[in-house]
Amino acid sequence: MYSKLSNMTPRILALREQSLNAVNILSHERALLVTQFYKSIEGKDLSTPIQRALAFAYILENKSICINDGEIIVGERGPAPKATPTYPEVCLHSLADLELISSRPKVSYKVNDETRRVYAETIIPFWKGKTQRDIIFENLSIGWKDAYDAGMFTEFLEQRAPGHTVAGKKVFRMGMNDYKLEIQRAIENLKHQNDPSISEKLEELKAMKIAANALIAFAHRYANEIENIAQTEKNINRQQELFEIARVCRKVPANAPETFHETLQHYWFIHVGIITELNPWDSFNPGRLDQHLFPFYKQELELGTLTEESAKELLHAFWVKFNNHPAPPKMGVTALESNTYTDFALINVGGVNEDGSDAVNDLTYIILDVIEEMRLLQPSSMVQVSKKNPDRFVRRAVRIAKTGFGQPSFFNTDAIIQQLLSQGKSITDARNGGASGCVETGAFGTEAYILTGYFNLNKVLELTLNNGSDPSTGKQFGLQTGNVSNFKTFNELYAAFEKQLNYFIDIKIEGCKTIEKLWAARMPVPLMSILTDDCIANATDYNAGGARYNTRYIQGVGLGSITDNLTAIKQHVFENKTVSMGTLLEALRANFEGFDSIRQQLVYETPKWGNNNNATDQHAVSVFNSFYNSVNGKPTANGGVFRINMLPTTCHVYFGSKIGAMPDGRLAKEPLSEGISPVQGADHKGPTMVIQSAAKIDHIKTGGTLLNMKFSPNFFKNDESIDKLVSLIRSYFRMDGHHMQFNVVNASTLREAQKHPEKYRDLIVRVAGYSDYFNDLNDALQNEIIRRTEHESA
Amino acid sequence: MNGLVFDIRHFSVHDGPGIRTTVFFKGCPLKCTWCHNPESQLCEAETMETTQPLGDNKLIVNKVVGNLMQVDEVMNELKKDSLIFDESKGGVTFSGGEPMAQPEFLLELLKACKKLELHTAVDTSGFATESVIKRITQYSPLFLYDLKLANDKEHKHYTGVSNELVLRNLATLIELGKEVFIRIPLIPSITDSTENLVGLRKIIVKYPSIKRVDILPFHSIAKGKYERLGRKFDVNANFNYSNERLAEIKAFFSEHVENVLIGG
Repeated sequence: MYSKLSNMTPRILALREQSLNAVNILSHERALLVTQFYKSIEGKDLSTPIQRALAFAYILENKSICINDGEIIVGERGPAPKATPTYPEVCLHSLADLELISSRPKVSYKVNDETRRVYAETIIPFWKGKTQRDIIFENLSIGWKDAYDAGMFTEFLEQRAPGHTVAGKKVFRMGMNDYKLEIQRAIENLKHQNDPSISEKLEELKAMKIAANALIAFAHRYANEIENIAQTEKNINRQQELFEIARVCRKVPANAPETFHETLQHYWFIHVGIITELNPWDSFNPGRLDQHLFPFYKQELELGTLTEESAKELLHAFWVKFNNHPAPPKMGVTALESNTYTDFALINVGGVNEDGSDAVNDLTYIILDVIEEMRLLQPSSMVQVSKKNPDRFVRRAVRIAKTGFGQPSFFNTDAIIQQLLSQGKSITDARNGGASGCVETGAFGTEAYILTGYFNLNKVLELTLNNGSDPSTGKQFGLQTGNVSNFKTFNELYAAFEKQLNYFIDIKIEGCKTIEKLWAARMPVPLMSILTDDCIANATDYNAGGARYNTRYIQGVGLGSITDNLTAIKQHVFENKTVSMGTLLEALRANFEGFDSIRQQLVYETPKWGNNNNATDQHAVSVFNSFYNSVNGKPTANGGVFRINMLPTTCHVYFGSKIGAMPDGRLAKEPLSEGISPVQGADHKGPTMVIQSAAKIDHIKTGGTLLNMKFSPNFFKNDESIDKLVSLIRSYFRMDGHHMQFNVVNASTLREAQKHPEKYRDLIVRVAGYSDYFNDLNDALQNEIIRRTEHESA
Repeated sequence: MNGLVFDIRHFSVHDGPGIRTTVFFKGCPLKCTWCHNPESQLCEAETMETTQPLGDNKLIVNKVVGNLMQVDEVMNELKKDSLIFDESKGGVTFSGGEPMAQPEFLLELLKACKKLELHTAVDTSGFATESVIKRITQYSPLFLYDLKLANDKEHKHYTGVSNELVLRNLATLIELGKEVFIRIPLIPSITDSTENLVGLRKIIVKYPSIKRVDILPFHSIAKGKYERLGRKFDVNANFNYSNERLAEIKAFFSEHVENVLIGG
């Protein structure tokens, strides 16, 4: 009902269908090509950057060309839509891994016999023991491994490359030939300097040139193939169109684009290049799409070479390309922490221009239409909301969010700019920034902001409660911070928690630095380096700190849970003394079996995070500040800085599975809270109280926080309620909140809420003329609303 | 100064303009058979069953409904949402129960809100003495005013009181230039007859300054509450109005009133 299929041309409909119906398969094409290449250079003396650039060129020269019927924007990473390559130089899949990837119930990629054979005969024998992943694990300390195995933290860079970055404006204004001139100038400059690392830098710059040429050649292969198809095309209109597409492929990415169509195709070749070069996290991202495209759109409208409809069709085609490219298959902990096909390209619209003025333009609204019409998993989309943006823009976005597929999400431009400024970025770079991935703040085009892994704040508390040992394994791998039963005050407990936290942060950071050095030394990325300022000028790779700004993030998980846990301990053990520490620990060890009345007290007689209660919320602020102080400002291996953000992807489920019962009444292995949201269902005072709790932590000190709000579709009945949602967003953003997303629940969620009411205490539904909490409704009415919801979303 | 309150609900979005916080007073001089807040009727604290689910177990706990609150306590809770009121052009709504049944407490709260420049609305049955109404109107710009039954005999039968005072007070509010939203609860076989709707419309059209009427269709939510209070619910709880019928009623009032909403 929600996707407005009628607004799409028949061929877009067909391409969209093809993308939706395509089965995710694992393609061995890239793995085989990269293996052939590395075999071919055995014994040759080539620098690492040159090796990587030549490998990239070899893949692009030899990979299959895929042109789908009716396509306007061309370029596939694999041989077909959703045929997903692997990167054995980074992470090698065993035959057992392939089996698992093919057969697992969630996020599977089908593996055929041919692929198994190629892996068994060629790929596995060549790469075994030589992959980036193997080398990383060899170099990490025992302390790191113990913590990693126990679920204290995860590691983003053990099977995927650093990326997490976004194209800046320059990418849309420069062709590869322009970049080559820039590279040549850097080479000339280098020759006049007394730089001890001159030869290394020259190799890096030469590698960039090879990569630029490789991408141009790849586009020309497309042009050739399209011309071939055009020769035999019977439909004269399509034939003309094919010749035009071929012309575009000869022009971009070699040269700067000059039309709307050229700009989209230009970006898309670059996107495919980046995700072929390596498997960077969050793929790549066009960033501020409405801003980048608007000059081309405006100019062509004036010239009469483009209409709103034809622009939209091109955007539709562009959207389909993203959806054709799922994330590369993930394994192990990485699969658990980010269990999705989404590869996190997050389109930004709105916000402010470089000069600080309102950036919402005509194209912003057209892109919002496209988001609503396409209703695809990828690309993901968000709106940047500045105080300078008009309400009608926010209203339009809320109207899309209410259709319940979670897009777009809402971001606070003014907070993002403050974050970037406080990190030392220039005002121009800050205004050109935005958020990518889930909620990560970045200076687009100028910053390498690498997420290094999630950090399990609640596991720190669990270890603290057990004097540094893990109750599920009995293994002592934390600090002995003292027997908590002897602690006289809550402050003693918190001091022990903080000590334990600092200890594990230090372990994590040491590991990060080791891994960072390995990526810098072993896996340069010349194409990514070309596109990110100032890698060319610095003659230094993206993975070696070449960008203007270099940041590494550690993502805190479970703020809601840790807050409720600390509140429960403080209130029940230390203040009211209704439960002794000994009894509490016993209850936790027993997973509350036989301790129902204590659990009842912990769950129902403890004020929880998300209700704007200062006594509770102060713990969130303390933990946030401790985490911030522990991480923020520490130097990385290559001249960058460590910082924090607060987001979980799916890691709150994995981290929860590694923790026993906790003082907030949560049972062993159950998920933790996500982002900075309250524990599922713990907020019972409504959204205005949630945002006020959430705003108590200093969002400006982070590189992003995630707040999830649940609403029933019934809530959005009329324009008045849309306005009220807009006010809610604006209010949160006035308090410097970073991000908010609306989970507009459907009937199946409501059914789940019936089964597990305790997890849905915050669920508001529109009943009839008023709204109420779902839990407060009797069974019959709940059923009635479920039926109605089903009816409405049918 | 204190008063009996049974709930303070944040993010009220159907009790006046913008995002509001609603203070529910406990105690009401009317005894409407369909009352959807039965816990608001008695002028004293009472207990109500509440379920506290814990996995598969559901513990039933008796929760006290009704809390004697100081004006300051209430104001501290209301102040929390100041920024959200500013942003949404919302404010505070006093509802119940019947807020005018605790006039001194209500007045103190309205005065305190006025001092803080918080917009206020009073959601009332209109059953109060003229002197109370006049004092209250000095401090609140908006009234959400219930009209239930045009026929006085029926009004007495279903609410326990005459509608004479209600209608007189409505006239007073209008004369004093107050903004009034009329709210009509649509209760099957009680208030939804054509005769009653015609009667109510006649009353409304007398006052051209009434720009908004909210039709509040009956819902069975209250049934569970009656059970939890150990009381009996007399209305047919399985009834649902069809969209066609609601549209008809909306159209009927729209002939004379600018803004007619189904639901608040």
